[in-house]
Amino acid sequence: MRAFVEFSQQVLSGAALGCIYALIALGFVLIYKATEVVNFAQGELMMLGAFLGYTFISLFGLPFWLGLPLAVVCMAGIGGLLDRIVVRPIVGQPVFAIVMVTLGMGFVARSGASLVPAWGVDTHVFSTPFTGKVTSIGPLVASHDQLAIMATTAALVAVLFLFFRYTRIGIAMQAASQNQLAAYYVGIPVKAICSLIWGLSAAVAAVAGILLAPIVFVHANMGFIGLKAFPAAVLGGFGSIPGAIAGGLVIGVVESLAGFYLPEGFKDVAAYVVLLLVLAIRPQGLFGEGLRKKV
Amino acid sequence: MHVVRKTSYEQDMQLFAHRGVAFWYGVLVLAALLAPLALNTYYLSLLTFVCVYAVAGVGLMLLTGYAGQVSLGHAAFLAAGAYTEAILQAHGIPFVLSLPAAAAVAAALGLAVGIPALRLTGIYLAVATLAFAFIVEEILTRWESVTRGNFGIAVEPLAIGPLSFDAEWKFYYLAFGVLAATLLAARNLLRTKTGRALVALRDSAIAAQSFGVHLAWYKTVAFGLSAGLTGLAGALYAHKIAFISPEQFTVMVSVELLVIVVVGGLGSLHGAVFGAAFIVVLPQAIVLAKSAFGISGGGQAAVDSGVFGLLLLLFMLYEAQGLYGRWIKVRYYLELFPFYRRATFRRQKTYARTERLQ
Repeated sequence: MRAFVEFSQQVLSGAALGCIYALIALGFVLIYKATEVVNFAQGELMMLGAFLGYTFISLFGLPFWLGLPLAVVCMAGIGGLLDRIVVRPIVGQPVFAIVMVTLGMGFVARSGASLVPAWGVDTHVFSTPFTGKVTSIGPLVASHDQLAIMATTAALVAVLFLFFRYTRIGIAMQAASQNQLAAYYVGIPVKAICSLIWGLSAAVAAVAGILLAPIVFVHANMGFIGLKAFPAAVLGGFGSIPGAIAGGLVIGVVESLAGFYLPEGFKDVAAYVVLLLVLAIRPQGLFGEGLRKKV
Repeated sequence: MHVVRKTSYEQDMQLFAHRGVAFWYGVLVLAALLAPLALNTYYLSLLTFVCVYAVAGVGLMLLTGYAGQVSLGHAAFLAAGAYTEAILQAHGIPFVLSLPAAAAVAAALGLAVGIPALRLTGIYLAVATLAFAFIVEEILTRWESVTRGNFGIAVEPLAIGPLSFDAEWKFYYLAFGVLAATLLAARNLLRTKTGRALVALRDSAIAAQSFGVHLAWYKTVAFGLSAGLTGLAGALYAHKIAFISPEQFTVMVSVELLVIVVVGGLGSLHGAVFGAAFIVVLPQAIVLAKSAFGISGGGQAAVDSGVFGLLLLLFMLYEAQGLYGRWIKVRYYLELFPFYRRATFRRQKTYARTERLQ
């Protein structure tokens, strides 16, 4: 019984972490689906979101429920601007060039954040309404931070699902992601849609950053967590939204269990081992579209 | 502009297109050989680093630039080469044996990655190699009986028999020699059946397959060769740095190698060398520029990496074809003067064509 409780406890905390991976992976997937760009700066977008949240909530003293939406809206604006200023000029160029550009954006964002006087290279912490509270579910203990992460992820995924399914813009986004040229022909403003997607993706990243902040602190290098979200997105099948969520959860839970049951050192690589195993069996990821070009 | 009129098949097989090209390469080699006379130790050391990175760049260029397979895990092969060299040297194995051994171990590792990677393409391959590199890095840290973990291994200066490479200029000649041999080998390889198969594999796997190119075999070959060359660079790197530890082979190094091939210009051996020069010289240039303008203060490292990122970003916005693309344009401008037209190289803007269907 005790072993089972321990196991469930690890699964729970792994799932919470996995939701963060899932949210970052979701950002990757949204941008990739719409524009075929692999955004290497997604982790940095999350970092900027966390710093904006820290600024509004801790430095300006705004209430959490005002600071959070403010940070998310700001990040959405930043995401849209990035697309307009940086990415759009090289659309149509080789994919590698665009990847390098996002890589450069990541460098600039990291360095920029550590140069802002109030942010710097120190670690910061800010408290949310969930900090320090726990709920017991039977023998299990869940901190409110973890529950908030899981609830927000679930809500966000539901909202995104409805958005893509039922709103005009959402459907236009799907069309643009399937075939940009055809989308142009039927009158969809593809350029604006791409900017919107970047905004949406940055907003999701900001939510992830603010939720993660109480667990790992706010730091200029916190964006490196994106390196774990990458395998999450690929595990689920790059380009699939349910895949990103499932991939994130799998990676989070595996990591948590490996950290608890296996010797030191396995925690950091467990996610990658699982990724390689899955890709060996299903090269297109769990939910990937196993399509082949027809000639 | 020199137009070569080919009158025999032998002309098609020459290493250099015509005498002018051979002449300029001769001048370049001569300049490189005379460099130690003109440069002080600091600049010579930079030049050595350019040679070492260029060897690794050629390795990755074969895989990514020619065979079209992305790798975000080449730091692992660099590490394999460096560690093999360091460990063999510590056991008293002479350099003439340990250098090929370093390349062989890395190549074997490359084959080990290449075979499972056969079914993966694009981003899946990139992230699978990334995962592999993370695992290798962790092994280097934890396998302390062999790698000494985070303590690292000090690497003795290189010596072949009585000939010791203790001075900077001696090691520079060695690195330059290896680079020249690598470039020559790669250039020749690319003119063979294998080279053409790799390019076909990149341009369209399906078309290549229908022309009888054995995809699995050539993908594996590409991985093995690429990893072997990167391992060679790793062995040189270990001697240049004189100390290796797992932190020197992180994912950022893999990214740097990718920057080398992309900024240099995918699909050209020139690009590998240009890119290596970019990645070695730029950070130093930023430091020099800062001291020249008298800027100093907190967050030094942060400023440097930020400026590096910004330059990378602006450069790719300005010249998406990389340094080699720019070089071609400059050359045409000079050769065709005054008839150069920008439209010659204008790419038609394309809408994203999905690459998910490969």
